[in-house]
Amino acid sequence: MTIDWQHFTPWSSLAGGAVIGLAAVLYVLLDGRIAGISGILGGLIGPAKLGAPAVRSERRGRLAFVAGLLLAVPLWRAVAALPTLTVSASAPSLVVAGLLVGVGTRYAQGCTSGHGVCGLSRGSPRSLAATLSFMAAGFVTVYLLRHAMGVDA
Amino acid sequence: MSALIAGVAGLVFGMGLLLSGMADPAKVLGFLDLAGPWDPSLALVMGGAMAVAAPAFAWARRRGRTLRDTPLHVPEQRQLDGRLIAGSLTFGAGWGIAGFCPGPALVGMAAGNAGALLFVAAMVVGMVAFSLVERVKTLR
Repeated sequence: MTIDWQHFTPWSSLAGGAVIGLAAVLYVLLDGRIAGISGILGGLIGPAKLGAPAVRSERRGRLAFVAGLLLAVPLWRAVAALPTLTVSASAPSLVVAGLLVGVGTRYAQGCTSGHGVCGLSRGSPRSLAATLSFMAAGFVTVYLLRHAMGVDA
Repeated sequence: MSALIAGVAGLVFGMGLLLSGMADPAKVLGFLDLAGPWDPSLALVMGGAMAVAAPAFAWARRRGRTLRDTPLHVPEQRQLDGRLIAGSLTFGAGWGIAGFCPGPALVGMAAGNAGALLFVAAMVVGMVAFSLVERVKTLR
């Protein structure tokens, strides 16, 4: 294994991770909830029982979280240049990938944030199993695509 | 108040994603590509996040309530099942194809990236399909 020193960003990644951790801390200490993006988004998509006030308030919270997440972009852009985003996958690959991520995270009840960051931080055995599984699947998929099949998705 | 906290948490989360570099799918794939030149950055993102979050989650559990004295909504399930593992493997395969997971994809969409928008649209379709299947199962 060779380390990609050219792209490795230890300090900004560590700092960015700490800020993500801070967001999870705010959400659990002040609202008692898990900052898991797939669960928050999935909860907005699921059937809405419009009558119950508790459910409506939960939906409002989820909407606010997603709105905040999206607002981070213009706010960042007001102060500094956005980091470049390089999407190498083709349109059909993006569609397949999106479908897999949508279905997979809902069955798994969590993604990189809910299981990875929050679940591991609170020592959940389910989240550990989930994180090991999606990491392993990610490693294998990239290996198959890039090295066994030689395509950049 | 709840919505305000959620909004601020979402905003801080998005800032963290941008700062960490994980909004860029090329950087995520650089981590997932163990056989290529390997970029360990994502591991440091996880480490940085856990170093901050783990003590707070432990504190929240000890208190049993939030600092506003409202109840915690934290999952208590502990047993592993096929849905968890199969779902995670499916998610990981999609993650490896595109380099997007849900948070960074939403941030990329907000940045006006067409690829991220397409990914998010497909992801939402996947989530809708899940909830339709689950609803049909509860009706039977």
